[in-house]
Formats: sequence, C-alpha cells, structure tokens
Amino acid sequence: MPPRVVVLDYGSGNLRSAQRAMERTGAEVCVTSDPHAALDADGLVVPGVGAFSACMAGLKKAHGDRIIGRRLAGGRPVLGICVGMQVLFDKGVERADPRAGDEVTEGCGEWPGTVERLEAPILPHMGWNTVRAPRDSRLFAGTAPDDRFYFVHSYAVRRWEQAFQNPRIAPPLVTWAEHGEPFVAAVENGPLWATQFHPEKSGEAGARILANWVATLPQA
Amino acid sequence: MSLAVRVIPCLDVDAGRVVKGVNFENLRDAGDPVELAGTYDAGGADELTFLDVTASSGDRETTFDVVRRTADQVFIPLTVGGGVRTADDVDRLLRAGADKVGVNTAAIARPGLIGEIAERFGRQVLVLSADVRRVRGADAPTPSGFEVTTHGGRRGTGIDALEWCERAARLGAGEILLNSMDADGTRQGFDLELIGAVRARVEVPLIASGGAGAVEHFAPAVAAGADAVLAATVFHFGEFTIADVKESLRAAGHPVR
Repeated sequence: MPPRVVVLDYGSGNLRSAQRAMERTGAEVCVTSDPHAALDADGLVVPGVGAFSACMAGLKKAHGDRIIGRRLAGGRPVLGICVGMQVLFDKGVERADPRAGDEVTEGCGEWPGTVERLEAPILPHMGWNTVRAPRDSRLFAGTAPDDRFYFVHSYAVRRWEQAFQNPRIAPPLVTWAEHGEPFVAAVENGPLWATQFHPEKSGEAGARILANWVATLPQA
Repeated sequence: MSLAVRVIPCLDVDAGRVVKGVNFENLRDAGDPVELAGTYDAGGADELTFLDVTASSGDRETTFDVVRRTADQVFIPLTVGGGVRTADDVDRLLRAGADKVGVNTAAIARPGLIGEIAERFGRQVLVLSADVRRVRGADAPTPSGFEVTTHGGRRGTGIDALEWCERAARLGAGEILLNSMDADGTRQGFDLELIGAVRARVEVPLIASGGAGAVEHFAPAVAAGADAVLAATVFHFGEFTIADVKESLRAAGHPVR
C-alpha cells in the first residue's frame, strides 16, 4: 500500500503541481479541504501562497490550524511549504494589501519566532538558491551542497529563537539559506517538517526532498 | 553562494500550438508546447514562460489544457501571459497549474488590476510585462525618453516606461518582464541602457527580454541589472542552448544553477 498524502486545499493557488510532484514519489495523493481526510492521511501537506495574513485566515476558516495541532499531538507527519511553513510560527507581519503597511497576525504557534520582511536589495527573493542543511538532516539526505531550490517570498524567519530547550528533547534541525541576510529555509522537528522553498517546483532536487519526506511516513 | 541568474525560454502558444517556429531535432512534435517544455526542463531551463497569443476566446480552453498538461510533467516554475484581463483569469490559470501570470495591456488600461491580483493571490504571482521603446522624433516625449507600447510595440501610449515600472511595482507587481521593442528581433544584444534605467527605479526582480542573438549577449544584461534573462528564437532554432548561456554567465562570474 502506498502512503496516503493529503494536500490541504484551503484557498486558491497552484495545488496541481504539489499534487503531481508528490505523486511522483509513489504516494497516493488527494487534494481536499475535508478535515477527516486531512486527519486520517499518513502525511498532510500544508501548502501556501500569498500573504501571511490571508493564508492564516484561509487556514483557520478550513480549521487547518486545529487539524495540524491534532495531527502533531498524535505524532502524525505534517509538511508545510512556503507560506504553509511561515504560518507554523508564532507571528507574521505580512498583510494581503501590498500597499498597506505591515501588521502582526497570529500564526499557529508551533514554533517560536516572527515571519518578517527580509532585508535585501531585491525582493521578492525569487529563484534558485542553495541551502546549508545540518549534517544529520533527513529531509536533505542525498542532496549535494550546490543543489539549488526554488524560492519565492519576501518574508522569512530571520532568527531562530532557542526557547524552551531541554536535553531530553531533540531540538529542531534548522536549515538556513541567504538572501541579503540568513533566513530559515527548512525545519525538521519530530513529525513537523517544513520548507520555505517550493520542493514541488525545484526539479530533481525538489523531488528528492519530497521523496525523503514520504519515506518517513508511517502507514496506517 | 547566492541566487542564481535564471535563464528562461519563452514559447508563443496559439490555440495550443507553438508558433513562431521551433526547429529542434529529436522532437516528435515540434509544435507541442508540452513536449517542448519537457525538453527545455531537461536542458536546464530555470523557468518556462508561455505567451498565449490565441486570438479567439473560444480557443482559450486549449490554453488551460496545455498549462495543465505541462504542470503535470514539468516541475519548474511556469509563467503564463497573454490575454489576462481579470483576477478571475488569474485564478483559472493558477488552478490549471501556472505559478505566475503575466499581465500587460490590461494593467495599462486599468492599473487597479495589479493591486486586485496581488491582494488576492500574493504579489509573487504577478509578472508585469512591459513592452518598451524609445520615443521617436515626432512623438510626444516622455521624461525618460522611454515609453510603454501596446499591440506588440506598434502602438505608443505616451506613458513613461520607467514611471510605469516603478508604479506597477508599488501597486503589487512581484516581478517585471522588460521587453525592449527596439532591441527585439535585432539579434544585436539586450538593451542595456533600458535595463540599467529600470533597475535603478525598481526593487523587484527584473527579467530582460529582446535582442539576444549570441551567447555573449546575456552576461552584459545581468551586469546591467537583470536578475533573469528570457529568449525565444535563439533557443527554439537551436542556435545555442540554455547550457551554453549558463556557461557564458558562469565564466563572467554570475551564479547559475
């Protein structure tokens, strides 16, 4: 039986690529907003495009924050992608109207930190960039240091806050990238993994990332 | 290490078929945009751009089908431009599998469209495509000497091109595709003066287009301020490959994938 993956549909955007790229790993993929399917899947993908505030509003409307929380409480894998990663943090400052100023929106609060505007001469950070993954990363296993991944975002987590550490609990593995300044490119933390880049748009290197995640899925 | 310069082939698609001629060996069907997209992906393209030149709205469905089939097989970013008039048009293209959407004439007619699209889908989906030329002798001058055109460069608008790019970026364009109508078709190289002038005015990524005729033409466009380079004919006719362009960029010290 192939692992069953749900791509959570909570608004518009290109979900077709996420579905097809995930299918390439051999998983059985369903794009849906159905909470029961999202809870029941072996793995849940939380995509996300657009502004943090709009994304979070859409996620809440679909009870996505609850679904993520329930899954994590049960140790069931979740993969956040792009803004789908950003909303996992405490807060984000990006608003939907690009002409309006920044304003704080509460995120899911799974990780400490605020998603802020990158300080870089050219924004959005759009294109293929390298990352620095920790040596024991499972997400980046089999990738090379000069492999590039496709990013498209203006906001990111610029500081990893080392709050609530305990020697009995494995700390999150954080992968960094740089555009103007260092920012969080990926996180692996128990059942919750996430990437700021788009693995589904990152060619063969991205396919490896998705396959690595799917390989971790415990099957029901 | 830093962000790689993107090399982007552009395909003109009419009713689901590639137009403007493509001359590749080993293609089963040189007119099939889906097969060509796969070929360019395998050849190292960093993104793909489809320009939908379909005139009749009845044939538009074929465009969505092409986008769907491409997104099913090609896992690099796909931009689709041409005929986008409303935020709902954008929605349909994104749902078909496009990652970004190019807007040109409709934004000139109604700049508010830029904000509407950016607010609904995020500015990263919106590529503002600007067809720019130098104002000619008898025409009314613009402050910069560059103006925005419509109808493939045949009609001037009197709108200053640099002011337009700056305004579009402020309104919510995530990227600017800068087509030099003076350089287009000349094969004499990109319009470096135009690229530099727009670069000085906007902080969003800039895709340079128009004028590529030789491998050596690409690095100067990047040096002038382009974040990405786009070409059509030179790739379609196999005069040189995307790998050749990247080798030339790398030799000039620009990072490539």
